[in-house]
Amino acid sequence: MTIDKFDILTSTCVPLPAENVDTDQIIPARFLKATSREGFGENLFRDWRYDKEGNPKKDFVLNNPKYSGKILVAGKNFGSGSSREHAAWAIFDYGFRVVVSSFFADIFKNNAMNNGLLPVQVSDTFLKTIFSEIEKDPAAQLEVDLEKQEIKILSTGEAETFAINPYKKLCFLNGYDDIDFLLSKKEKIQAFEQNRDS
Amino acid sequence: MEPKTLFDKIWDSHVVDSIPDGPDVLYIDRHYIHEVTSPQAFSGLRKRGIPLFRPERTLATADHNIPTQHQELPIREKLSRIQVETLSENCKEFGVELYGLGHPHNGIVHVIGAELGFTQPGMTIVCGDSHTSTHGAFGSIAFGIGTSEVEMVFASQCVLQPKPKKMRINIDGKLGEAVTSKDIILYIISQISASGATGYFVEYAGSAIRSLSMEARMTICNMSIEMGARGGLIAPDETTFTYVKGREFAPKGQEWDKVLAKWKELKTDPDAVFDKELHFKAENIQPMITYGTNPGMGTAITGCIPKLEEIRESEQLSFKKALQYMGFEPGMPLEGHLVDYVFLGSCTNGRIEDIRAFASLVKGKKKAENITAWIVPGSRQVEKQAREEGLVEILEEAGFELRQPGCSACLAMNEDKVPAGKYSVSTSNRNFEGRQGPGARTLLASPLTAAAAAVTGKITNPADLM
Ligand code: SF4
Repeated sequence: MTIDKFDILTSTCVPLPAENVDTDQIIPARFLKATSREGFGENLFRDWRYDKEGNPKKDFVLNNPKYSGKILVAGKNFGSGSSREHAAWAIFDYGFRVVVSSFFADIFKNNAMNNGLLPVQVSDTFLKTIFSEIEKDPAAQLEVDLEKQEIKILSTGEAETFAINPYKKLCFLNGYDDIDFLLSKKEKIQAFEQNRDS
Repeated sequence: MEPKTLFDKIWDSHVVDSIPDGPDVLYIDRHYIHEVTSPQAFSGLRKRGIPLFRPERTLATADHNIPTQHQELPIREKLSRIQVETLSENCKEFGVELYGLGHPHNGIVHVIGAELGFTQPGMTIVCGDSHTSTHGAFGSIAFGIGTSEVEMVFASQCVLQPKPKKMRINIDGKLGEAVTSKDIILYIISQISASGATGYFVEYAGSAIRSLSMEARMTICNMSIEMGARGGLIAPDETTFTYVKGREFAPKGQEWDKVLAKWKELKTDPDAVFDKELHFKAENIQPMITYGTNPGMGTAITGCIPKLEEIRESEQLSFKKALQYMGFEPGMPLEGHLVDYVFLGSCTNGRIEDIRAFASLVKGKKKAENITAWIVPGSRQVEKQAREEGLVEILEEAGFELRQPGCSACLAMNEDKVPAGKYSVSTSNRNFEGRQGPGARTLLASPLTAAAAAVTGKITNPADLM
């Protein structure tokens, strides 16, 4: 499965300031029964988004028409807990391409990157600034430039650089896939196995 | 030679290739799979038209999404049934050994891997489940992966991983009465928070750790992920070797002597440096319980929920939200609070020692009227042993019933769900909102504390009943 190419994304955002959002909230376990990758977006943040009868909860941000866009801006320590890749699939399937937070759980970060969802880690202060800009103006746009590794608030011009592993950056820019890469290493892997056994 | 940590030794000996400025290509010795996180990876292989590279290094079980009663009957719920059947079909097509429902080796993936001796010291082990860290108790590098990575391992027996930083957590001293390894790990997480070890791989050391049985060590390593760590490990010693010896997949005869010599080398060199080092005293640890919605929100069972002003300002919002969900007030004591459900089980505390501990406390007492209890063994083998040791009779006499193995109420994918608003003292590993069912309120604790709640109907210090 190749991932979508990614270079620059400019979009409005959906703010979710809660901290420690775990993958059980992103997609509750009872929705993990599917055997394909598609369709998880429907149940993204299911229990925060809908009440027991399945009616949208007005106070949850995904149900607020003021906010939309391809960038999810989330509080610190996003994606902790279960390793379910379904969490990344659900966020992607819903239509997000970038998640911004000041801290990501490791496995979530890997899972996101393996599916073309870019995790952008910013400082606590910059995250605060983004949240307050969105609060002032829900139509505020962010620009994420992967080549430059920079995230900018367009209305104010405030920007911050972010880190990404150079290998992963290449994969994103070119739409490469880790499995193709590993398959190209087959000979090395077999040689490794033989060396170990002897 | 430069001194090395145990983690470095194992990691470095599994690096097939290093990408400049990129992750390492890490060879994987053991790959465990289950029904929930594997189907999309199998589909990926099929789409590419490639085989599973090393099926003999892979072991499959059905555990997450199965009923814990009447396993002899077809699974009632359609989607769950399809998922379990899909696993069987995939394993058949790609040549993977499967211990499905009803098989004498069936059980929770992390419980059976250890009890069958498929997990061994010095190995690299992965599974599409974050609690793969359990296997670190054997002195191996074990961590959870996502489904794309499951597909990578299927295709190449390798994953791409950046090398994490290293932390050592030392716990020295003697544990008090009714204090178990579950209390040790809940205590550590309460001290360093649910993200306190993110980016690190942890080695647990110190005299308190050395004194623990293999099963108790597994409980500790299991919850490494709950403080954000990639995984946790404990250097193997005589306790480890004695446990592994003679198990189904353990090396035998001359092969055993050969590996044993290697395993004895598996320790951190005296002068090796860690990126971070922490020290705790076993004497400071009491029976623990969580009060909030992440495993870091825990306190001694005799203690109180923190007051608002004791919480860092940036965390006060989450703290308030958590307490609101739990129906608790800041500053209130927990002891004596009424409970509705008790769950003994999961890959954290569903092994035979856990059932023994629970049984020893409820022996001669009666289940409290207000309690619904689910006692779920971690595997068929645990279930069998509980019968053979007469634990089932003790449980039944006290009003408890032993169910069939599976993940059960640990993640509530099957019908074992705690109803909204109800309190559940649970020996599992996560107290997230809705983890045990939508609206369920989970209090994590040890098997002894769960037993104390089960017979008194409220949060009770197990030391008072011993
Ligand atoms: S018991 Fe819970 S934590 Fe363990 S493997 Fe099953 S679902 Fe995961």
